[in-house]
Amino acid sequence: MAATTQELQVSVWRGSDGAEGRFDTFAVPAYESQTVLDVVTWIQQQADPTLTYRFACRVGMCGSCAMMVNGTPRWTCRTHVKKVTQDNHLRIEPLRNMPVIKDLVADMDPFFDKWVGAEALHHPTATRDDAIVPVDAATPERQAADAGIECINCGVCYAACDTVAGNPDYLGPAALQRAWTLLNDAKDGGREAILDAVSGAGGCHNCHSMGSCTHYCPNALDPMSAIAGLKRETVRHALRRKRDA
Amino acid sequence: MTRPARAHPLWLAFVLHRLSGLALALFLPLHFWVLAQALTAPEQLDAFLRLTDNPAVKLAEFGLVFLLAVHFFGGLRLLALELLPWPARHKTLAAAAVALAFFVSGTFFLEAI
Repeated sequence: MAATTQELQVSVWRGSDGAEGRFDTFAVPAYESQTVLDVVTWIQQQADPTLTYRFACRVGMCGSCAMMVNGTPRWTCRTHVKKVTQDNHLRIEPLRNMPVIKDLVADMDPFFDKWVGAEALHHPTATRDDAIVPVDAATPERQAADAGIECINCGVCYAACDTVAGNPDYLGPAALQRAWTLLNDAKDGGREAILDAVSGAGGCHNCHSMGSCTHYCPNALDPMSAIAGLKRETVRHALRRKRDA
Repeated sequence: MTRPARAHPLWLAFVLHRLSGLALALFLPLHFWVLAQALTAPEQLDAFLRLTDNPAVKLAEFGLVFLLAVHFFGGLRLLALELLPWPARHKTLAAAAVALAFFVSGTFFLEAI
């Protein structure tokens, strides 16, 4: 990896939210091949050891290093610097729509609380004493579940969503997509609970189908269509309940 | 602090749908008020209708028909997205809504001039 004499100008968010924070600018050596996470790591190791950021796997599997890079939510470990610099400048901030703990570390508690709020958690239908029932991969329900199951909770879609920005109670694309995969999971027994949770005040019907979640998902998932599926299913469920009443 | 990342086709389709809806909502009361003059003040209405021979008014009418058509087709797109299972080509549908709206309003304009 050959270093060049060129330097990147990197503005990094420091401190916590709003007025209590500021941008610090660093000159970072530019390399032929480097990721945004490499740049953040260089700053912390070579320029300012007090810089706080979060990462783990460095290969796009853990979902912990997502940040705003020049205004776009991205996995920093899988973002090549050359693809995102504008006039040799990078602006790195913590994920949008979440409180900031410090510097580049967003507080993901509200994000994960909403997964629970959407009943996006497993509702068991069997015990360890029951025989294992094979999953039929060919059913449409299983295929709908498989389409969204690779989510690694990185929060990129949540940071991209303008509906979350406008309504702090909105459950958001990640939690709703997981609720949709569970709704289609033959081994999940929480159908009623999920439909109740996602049709409430902060539920799937808040979604305006702007599609930023799908546009920015680094795993190429489609939360917007998953939420559309929830909209259909909640409406169908409500009509059926009315008919049966 | 963070500028949102937005300018992609479906977000623009969302904005176009909202703005056309707002503009039509503002237009409709005026439209009904003018129509009501057929009963309350026919001469005033005739004078107003003569205004519509003006090319600038024709152009404004083209804009109106475009707003109506783009809101209509954009609404159909949203209905398809939310009620039909998994229509995957969302960007194509959004582009088609705009194209159809241009076709309808363009045809209207060519007829009008």
